Amino acid sequence: MNVNILEERTGQVYEKGQGPFSLKCNLDSLPGAVSQRACVFCGSRVVLYPITDALHLVHGPIGCAVYTWDIRGALSSNRELHRLSFSTDLRERDVIFGGEEKLEASLLELIERYMPSAAFVYSTCIVGIIGDDIQAVCKRVSQKTGVKCIPVQSEGFKGNKRAGYEAACNALIELVGSGPIDGISPFSINILGDFNLAGEIWIIKDYYRRMGIEVVSTITGDGKVKEIQRAHGARLNVVQCSGATLSLAKMMEERYGIPYIRVSYFGVDDMADALYRVADHFKDKRIMENTRSLIKEELDSLYPALKEFRKDLKGKRAAIYVGGAFKAFSLIKAFRLLGMKVVLVGSQTGTREDYEELEAVTDPGTVIVDDSNPLELSEFLKEKDVDIFVGGVKERPIAYKLGIGFCDHNHERKEALEGFIGMYNFAKEVHATVMSPVWRFVPRKEMRS
Amino acid sequence: MLDMTPKEIFERKALRINPAKTCQPIGAMYAALGIHGCLPHSHGSQGCCAYHRSHLTRHYKEPVMASTSSFTEGASVFGGGANLRQALKTIFQVYDPEIVAVHTTCLSETIGDDIPSLVKKAREDGIVPDGKYVIHANTPSYVGSHVTGFSNMTTAMVKYFSEKNGGRTSAINIVPGYVEPSDMAEIKRLATEMGLEAILFPDTSGVLDAPQTARFSMYPKGGVKVDALKKTGSSRATLSLGKFASEAAGALLEQMCDVPYQCLDLPIGISSTDRFIEALIEFSGQTPPATITDERGRVVDVMTDMLQYFHGKKVALFGDPDHVISMTEFLVDLGMKPIHVVTGTPGKYFEHRIKKILDGKVKHANVRAFSDLFMLHQWIKNEPVDLLIGNTYGKYIARAEDIPFVRFGFPILDRIGHSYFPTTGYRGALRLLEKMLDAILDRLDRDAPESSFELVM
Ligand code: SF4
Ligand code: SF4
Repeated sequence: MNVNILEERTGQVYEKGQGPFSLKCNLDSLPGAVSQRACVFCGSRVVLYPITDALHLVHGPIGCAVYTWDIRGALSSNRELHRLSFSTDLRERDVIFGGEEKLEASLLELIERYMPSAAFVYSTCIVGIIGDDIQAVCKRVSQKTGVKCIPVQSEGFKGNKRAGYEAACNALIELVGSGPIDGISPFSINILGDFNLAGEIWIIKDYYRRMGIEVVSTITGDGKVKEIQRAHGARLNVVQCSGATLSLAKMMEERYGIPYIRVSYFGVDDMADALYRVADHFKDKRIMENTRSLIKEELDSLYPALKEFRKDLKGKRAAIYVGGAFKAFSLIKAFRLLGMKVVLVGSQTGTREDYEELEAVTDPGTVIVDDSNPLELSEFLKEKDVDIFVGGVKERPIAYKLGIGFCDHNHERKEALEGFIGMYNFAKEVHATVMSPVWRFVPRKEMRS
Repeated sequence: MLDMTPKEIFERKALRINPAKTCQPIGAMYAALGIHGCLPHSHGSQGCCAYHRSHLTRHYKEPVMASTSSFTEGASVFGGGANLRQALKTIFQVYDPEIVAVHTTCLSETIGDDIPSLVKKAREDGIVPDGKYVIHANTPSYVGSHVTGFSNMTTAMVKYFSEKNGGRTSAINIVPGYVEPSDMAEIKRLATEMGLEAILFPDTSGVLDAPQTARFSMYPKGGVKVDALKKTGSSRATLSLGKFASEAAGALLEQMCDVPYQCLDLPIGISSTDRFIEALIEFSGQTPPATITDERGRVVDVMTDMLQYFHGKKVALFGDPDHVISMTEFLVDLGMKPIHVVTGTPGKYFEHRIKKILDGKVKHANVRAFSDLFMLHQWIKNEPVDLLIGNTYGKYIARAEDIPFVRFGFPILDRIGHSYFPTTGYRGALRLLEKMLDAILDRLDRDAPESSFELVM
C-alpha cells in the first residue's frame, strides 16, 4: 500500500494477502481524527425513530433533536408522529438547575396533544452530566397518563453507535410482551432490523405473505407500538443487518424462548437464502413450495433485466464504506453478481467476527478498514482506481470530488434496495452513476497518471 | 404529517416542536471553514461533530472536514484536557492545517474545560508546531442558536488575529454574516466594484463551492488568509452585515484596535442593498460605477414588471434573524404583507426591528423570536398566506396548507444549486424576485381551470 495511514491506525487497516489477518476494531476513535462515526444517541435514534405512532422526545439542547429530524425516509403506512421533532431545548438555566421539570411538563403536554401509543425519551450527553433522572420522570408520567413512557439511556459520550443500538434494544424490550397474543399463527415471525427506508419492509412483508407466513411485528420499520407489544407471540425472529436489533432478539430468546436467525435482504443470494431459511424453520411443505415458486418467479424476471447492466459494469471496481459490516457482505456479493470487483471494504462499527468474515470472502489485494477517515478513504479510492464508492452522506461529495460514482446505501437512499426488486434498483443505480457521461468532463485521467 | 397541528393557539412553557434554529457549534464550524487552511475542531463527543458535518454536507453538497475530541466516559468525568492534547497531536501530524479552530459543545461547556489554557499547555509542550495557530470559541448550545455560534467564531478570529499596529490602511473589513459562499463572493465583488479593498471574514467562497478537480483537498483554495485577518486591526473601518451574526466581531475590533464599525442589515433586497452601497460610497468617495447602477436599475425594472402579482399578497416567513429582517423589508418594498414572521434564535431586537419595518404598512402581524415552526403553522392556520418563505423545513407546512413555497436561508437540504447563486446584492434581489414570482405563478397555473389557463401572463 502506498497510502499514508495514521500511525495509530495501522492496526485498523489490512490488505488481504499481506501477512496473517488481524484487524483491531471496536476501539474508540482517536481524538483528533476526522472520524465518520456517530454517537450512542445517534444509534438509538436510528433504531427507534421508525416507530411511527410513538412520541420521540429528545431531552437535551436543540441540536441533537434538529439533526435527527426526519433525516431518514422511514416510511409509515399510518401515523407519522415520528417525523415531527420534539425537543426540550435545554437552556442555560436548565443546565444549572436541572431539566427534569421541563421534561415532565413537555412530556405531559405532548401526550395530551398527540395521544401517542407510547413515548420514548432520549437522553443526550448533557443530560448525563447534569444528572436528570429521566427514569423517574418517565415512570411518573406513565402513571399519570397511562401512556407508557420509556427512557432511552443514550448519552452520546458513552460509546459509539453500537452502544446506541443496545440502548434502543433495552428500550424496546420494555414494550415487548405487554400485548395479547391470541390468534397468532404458528407460522409467524417478527421482522427485526429493517427500517422501511424507501418502503423496503413492505416488499419483504409481501414476500412473507406470499409464503404463507404471518408477520406479527416489524421492528422497527413502519413500526407500531401495538404490534411490537405482541411481538413475543411470534415463533421466530428474523434479524437483518449488522445487529442493530440483535440484542433484542437475544433478549427475546432468553425471555420468551423465541429463536432467531440472521439474514440479509440485500442481493439475490442473500435474499433467497433468507426466505429459504425462514421456510426451513417452519418445516411446512406448503410454505416451502410457496417459497420456491416465489423465488423462481422473482428470479425469472430479475435475471434478464440484470443482463444489460452486467454488460457495462463487468470489471469495474467498487469500494464500500458502510456503518455496519454485515451490510458489506451482501454488497460484495451483489457487486460480484454484476461482474464487478470490490477493492476496498470498511465499516464504522464492525466487530472482530465481522472483519474475519470479510477477510474470508474478499479477493486478495482488497483493503479492509475499520473506522476510517476521509483523507485515508480518498487515498485508497485513488490508489485502487475505483469506479464507484458506496457510503453515507458524508462520503458522497468526497467521491464526487475525486470524480468517482457514488451510491448511498445508508439512510439517505431513496430507492428500495432490498428484495429482488431492490437488486434491480441497485444495479440500475450503480449503472447510472458509473456510466454517467458527466465523468467525461472530469479531469481525472490526467490527475491519476 | 402535520395533521395534528391544532388551529387554536396555546402557550407552551417548556417545549420545542419543529425547531426553527439549531445549535451553536454548527455555526462555528461553518465560520471556521471560511478561514483558509483551517480545520474546525469540535471539542466534545464525536456524535455532535458527525451531525454537524452531515448537516453542512446536506446543505452545501461539499466535503465538510472537521475533527473531534471524541469524548468518552472518562472525559466526561475528568475533563477533556487529555483528549484535546491527543487531538491536536493527531491533527497536526496527519491533517496538517494552518489553523485549528476549536469550538466547544454542550458537553465540554458543562464540564467546564478551559480551552485557552489547555491550548497554551499544548503549545508549550511542542504539540502545536511553530507557525501554526489554534483559536477557539465557546459555543454552548443552550445559549442562542447556530447564528450565535457563527458570531462567536467570527469574533474569535478578531480576538486571536487582529493586530493593532498604529497604522491605518485604506482597506475596510466586511463581516458578511451567515450567508452562502456565493453571497460572500457577491458582497466582496460589490466592494471591489466600488473601488475598495475589502477584507472579508469569514469567507467560505472557494471552500464550500469548490470546483471539481478530480482531487480531494482538505483545504480548498478559498477562505480568508491569516495575514489578512491580522491586518483587519489596521483597516479604516468595519462593516458588520447583520446584527446577530456579525455585530460582535465588528464591536470587538473597535474595542481592541480602534477600528470603527458600522452595523448594517444583510444586503438582501433593494433597500438594505442600497444602504450597503451607500456605506461603500462613503468609504470610497466614489459614485458607483455603471455596472452597479445598472444592476440596481434592473432590479427596479423587474420590480415594476412584477408589481401586479406581488401587491397585497400575504406572506409568512421564517429563518435566521438577519435574513428575515432584510427579507421582511424587501417584501414590504414590494407591497407584500408579511403577516407571520418567526425566527428560532432568541433576541428581542428581532421583534422590535420587524415591528418597526411593518409599522404603518401591515396592520396585524404575528412576530416572534425564539419560536418554532409549530407556532408558525398555527398562525398560518388562523390567517392563511399566499406565500411561504424559509428553509427546507418549511416544506411540511407548505404541503399541509398547500402554500407556494420559496426556499431561502439555511439549511436547504432538499435542493441543489442554492449555494452557487447569491441572494444578496442587486443580483440576489433579482433572483429572489424570480423565485417568488415563479412560485406564485406556478401555483396559479396549477390551479387554473382550463378556461382561464392562460399562455401569456
Ligand atoms: S449536544 Fe449540543 S452541540 Fe452537540 S448536537 Fe446537541 S446541541 Fe449540538
Ligand atoms: S450531544 Fe451527545 S448525544 Fe447529542 S449529538 Fe452530541 S454526542 Fe450525540
